[in-house]
Amino acid sequence: MSPAPAMTDREIRTGVLATLQQIAPELEESELRPDRPLREQVDLDSMDWLNFLVGLHERLRIEIPESDYAKLTTLDAIVEYLAAQRR
Amino acid sequence: MIDFKLPSLGSDMDKGKLLEWKVKPGDHVKRGDVVAVVDTSKAAVDVEIWNEGTVHELIVQPGETIPVGTVLATLRAPGETPEAAGQAKPAVPAAAPQDFALAGARRRVSPAARKHAAELGIEAESLIGTGPDGAVTLDDVERAAAAAKVAPAASGAQAERQAEMRRAIAAAMSRSKREIPHYYLSEIVPLHNATFWLQKENEQLPLTARLLMAVLFLKSVALACAAFPEMNGFYRNDRFEPAEKVHLGIAISLRRGGLIAPAIHDAQRKTLNQLMQELADLVKRARAGSLRSSEMSDPTITVTNLGDQGVESVFGVIYPPQVALVGFGRIAEKPCVIQQKLQIIPAVTACLSADHRVSDGHRGALFLAEIRRLLQEPENL
Repeated sequence: MSPAPAMTDREIRTGVLATLQQIAPELEESELRPDRPLREQVDLDSMDWLNFLVGLHERLRIEIPESDYAKLTTLDAIVEYLAAQRR
Repeated sequence: MIDFKLPSLGSDMDKGKLLEWKVKPGDHVKRGDVVAVVDTSKAAVDVEIWNEGTVHELIVQPGETIPVGTVLATLRAPGETPEAAGQAKPAVPAAAPQDFALAGARRRVSPAARKHAAELGIEAESLIGTGPDGAVTLDDVERAAAAAKVAPAASGAQAERQAEMRRAIAAAMSRSKREIPHYYLSEIVPLHNATFWLQKENEQLPLTARLLMAVLFLKSVALACAAFPEMNGFYRNDRFEPAEKVHLGIAISLRRGGLIAPAIHDAQRKTLNQLMQELADLVKRARAGSLRSSEMSDPTITVTNLGDQGVESVFGVIYPPQVALVGFGRIAEKPCVIQQKLQIIPAVTACLSADHRVSDGHRGALFLAEIRRLLQEPENL
């Protein structure tokens, strides 16, 4: 896999939301609280969650070990985690 | 000559609307080929054919709604010539009433009206005919098309689809509760071994190949069915018909409401990796509304997993004519006594809903115990 091009936090956030909307098309961005647990706000079962992570992996070219799943709670936390991985 | 009929696509679907043909007269088809797309109350279904032969005649046209069992097309068996086929089934004058009888409630529709109705997406069968013997004519179709323009369009269609799905679920579940004397059992299944094993496996796997615990549940149910055949099959005509293979019906919730339970075929013979791939594919296609007729028609037992929604346990309603359903709840830390020590471990509540006409609580309890035993040895699944 070629190295990932640089992205700002804002671009990462846009990418995360776009990936999420592919899984949950009914999602309204304006209704999503970025500091609240994502899975309490969006109806995602374990298959949806895995597909979301696969989508992030493909879009942002980041490996996400299963041991890091617990860090991926809120939208803010996910963006922060992905930004740190890309540095 | 072989009649190709609209197959049953589950007990909650008794009719379907032909959306398109994937074949034309003269095409060679073999077992398992997708030959048509039929819209049901739940999804557009790719209809497969189970005979080999050459397509002779397409009898039902796109846009028509037909009951299960209607002859959709005729096939010539391998070696049969068009001439022989023509003799076996005389042409138009004699064939027309025969088709009419086969189709049951099918109404007389003039060919021009049928063609025009299909172009406009109107069900010609549903119209009131003003032609000879009540036949639906071109005028009838045009009147209906003009009336439809006044009626509300797109959002209404979506609402109607939702209502139709609700009606289909209502019919199947009411039938289940009316006909099937359910009994229910539950069992707490320790998952410390399975969780540990799954973590180790997934550490070595790329994200795209990682396994979900749900796949271990599916395999354990499939293997337990092999040991308890009275949980796997159909109750029809006042008797139980055990199934040879385990086709696991997977209850999948649809994002706009409702659910569908298509099958993963021959699940007890598949590896966990295969089951994971097939589960991912099935969920994706179910939500995109693209399933195959064989997936809809032949699940032999259903598995539902509502743990992700946070419930501790689920006592499901059996999908007739099946005779059992296994439900899994949330995986949570629970106090368990292991080797005489109190430990906090991940565990899940597995529930069995089973048909008392076919099995008793004693066998049901042993079936759940077998699922628990299998999940203690994940490396053997």
